Amino acid sequence: MSTATMLGNDPGWIILVKGLFIFVFCVLCTLMAVWGERRIVARMQMRLGPNRVGKFGLLQALADGVKLALKEDLIPAAADKIVFIVAPIISATTCFMAFAVIPMTGKVHLFGHVTAMQLTDLPVSVLYILAIASIGVYGIVLAGWSSGSTYPLLGGLRSSAQVISYEVAMGLSLVAVFIYSGSMSTSEIVAAQHKWWFAVVLFPSFVIYVISMVGETNRAPFDLAEAEGELVGGFHTEYSSLKFALFFLAEYVNIIAVSSLATTLFLGGYHALPGLTFTENWLGGWFTFFWFLGKVVMFFFGFVWLRGTLPRLRYDQFMKFGWKILIPGSLFWILVLATLRVMSQRAASRTLVVGFSIGVVLLVVAISSLYDRSKEKAEKAGAILPSLPAPSFPIPEIPGQGFINGRSEING
Amino acid sequence: MTLFHLALQVGRTATPEAVQFWLLAPIAVIAALGILVVKKAIHAALLMAWVMVTLAIFYIAEDALFLGIVQIVVYTGAVMMLFLFILMLVGVDSTESLGETIKGQRIPSILIAVGLLGLVVSLLGRATITQPAVGLATANADGNVQGIAKLLFTEYVWAFEVVSALLITAALGAMVLAHSQQTKSKFAQRDLSIARFRKSSLGGAAGLPTSGVFARHNAVDVPALLPDGTPAPTSISQTLKARGDMITSDGFALESIEEQED
Repeated sequence: MSTATMLGNDPGWIILVKGLFIFVFCVLCTLMAVWGERRIVARMQMRLGPNRVGKFGLLQALADGVKLALKEDLIPAAADKIVFIVAPIISATTCFMAFAVIPMTGKVHLFGHVTAMQLTDLPVSVLYILAIASIGVYGIVLAGWSSGSTYPLLGGLRSSAQVISYEVAMGLSLVAVFIYSGSMSTSEIVAAQHKWWFAVVLFPSFVIYVISMVGETNRAPFDLAEAEGELVGGFHTEYSSLKFALFFLAEYVNIIAVSSLATTLFLGGYHALPGLTFTENWLGGWFTFFWFLGKVVMFFFGFVWLRGTLPRLRYDQFMKFGWKILIPGSLFWILVLATLRVMSQRAASRTLVVGFSIGVVLLVVAISSLYDRSKEKAEKAGAILPSLPAPSFPIPEIPGQGFINGRSEING
Repeated sequence: MTLFHLALQVGRTATPEAVQFWLLAPIAVIAALGILVVKKAIHAALLMAWVMVTLAIFYIAEDALFLGIVQIVVYTGAVMMLFLFILMLVGVDSTESLGETIKGQRIPSILIAVGLLGLVVSLLGRATITQPAVGLATANADGNVQGIAKLLFTEYVWAFEVVSALLITAALGAMVLAHSQQTKSKFAQRDLSIARFRKSSLGGAAGLPTSGVFARHNAVDVPALLPDGTPAPTSISQTLKARGDMITSDGFALESIEEQED
């Protein structure tokens, strides 16, 4: 019985229970993520991090949340009230919706009912996630615009431009997965990875996805929307209290959502590590949930590690990287992959496949070396000032005019 | 035969669909009317986005999953978003007027709109009147996505390519129209610094003097005093000067050296 038919047989109350489970899972994950991030970053910076509230400071995020909720809720006089209130609601609701199609466990018993921990399955699940993400951008744009102030507007436009550009790269990296698994449904993609994870088979796509998922969630080193030195807090500068808390929640739920998608599409979803497949039957199949969670936590640790290690990129560098490297790169990779796929479907000879692969590698090497050479030339040609001997004190030498004798200048 | 009966024929439970329809359809119609009524352009754009999302939900309810999702990705996610960008950056609210900006465009645009309407109606008529409906089950025999892909990349591949060429041309045209060629390179900080040193005198090479009189008065509206005791007007910001918010610094000047010696 495929997952889709299994989910189709769910009675209404099971669907409600699953919805509740997803909501609780996301909120708990956010609380733990905030605490975990602060502790991990603290450890990386040789500090302790929050350790006062609860055991190991575990309740710190909860305490912060309560404090945030009790703060005064301000709406600026220049704000467009309705849009100002709607924006955080859009952000916070859309981020949860992506989880509807994420398969968290294999076949399990839930209150005596055989099902899988996945709310629903569509033939176009992954596209559905992209669609939801594109609605989520409205939250950011509208928050920026409705604040009626310059910094939030600029921050909002910046981050939505960023999210949209990196969504293109992300969508292209997913195409390889669709080609390879022959499906856009999350459960079928997970099933297609029972032998080899797509992170291994489609390694370039995996790399592109991981980069673009950091870009898409507006996280360091791509957190340009919140570049404090330039834009204060970005789109949420004017927000306070619960409305700010909603944006905060949305950010972390988004991180968990893209990590879950990465797990589902590239790391075999809820499947165990190769060689440990016997663990999938433990706890009546519920143990697969821990595999899923473990992989998501691993991605989350990656997010924190990046934040603790890398400085922020400049905006133009970031956009250039996305449009000039990631997108053409993934287009090229899809071309190569589709060709290989057709070859294998038409049962091409092994020598042809190997020859094609070697040709592609040679082409890439040739192009990259040509690029390096042209860059070197451009650097040489672009040098404005010729290198001259060290200037003498007190007046620096002037290019093209040689040394100026300070004394003769003054005496006329 | 109504749509309702058709839906029954294919064997779908029509009740949830009907409930969904009667819940969403009024909201969609109200939002669509709101586009015409609301004052701010951004609110109209938002209502438009909402209408598109409800349309997508209707498509999904009609078993056109792929179409519904693509409707959201393309129209709500990309097209409306670009529209919002433009509205926000240009600020249409302030300059909205009903006057003709380009002379003589009203009549051709009405003609084109009527022509487009005729085209759409005739296409719809041809698709529904002459050809009998095959039903969802036949159309989605190999799956909805696969069915669309098969049609799009075999029978209609030419039309598909023509549309994509049209879109690319439009995008290029927009870029050409919007892009202004920079005739000379930008005068950046580095060039500014070089230019300062290439002047006939090196007087301003270290930058303009700062305002205020050393140790006696440091307000920004007081010109600095040069070593010979004369005030330096270049030390005051252009804005302050234009406003006339500049006071004299003569009162802070020390007597000249000759006078002191006397």
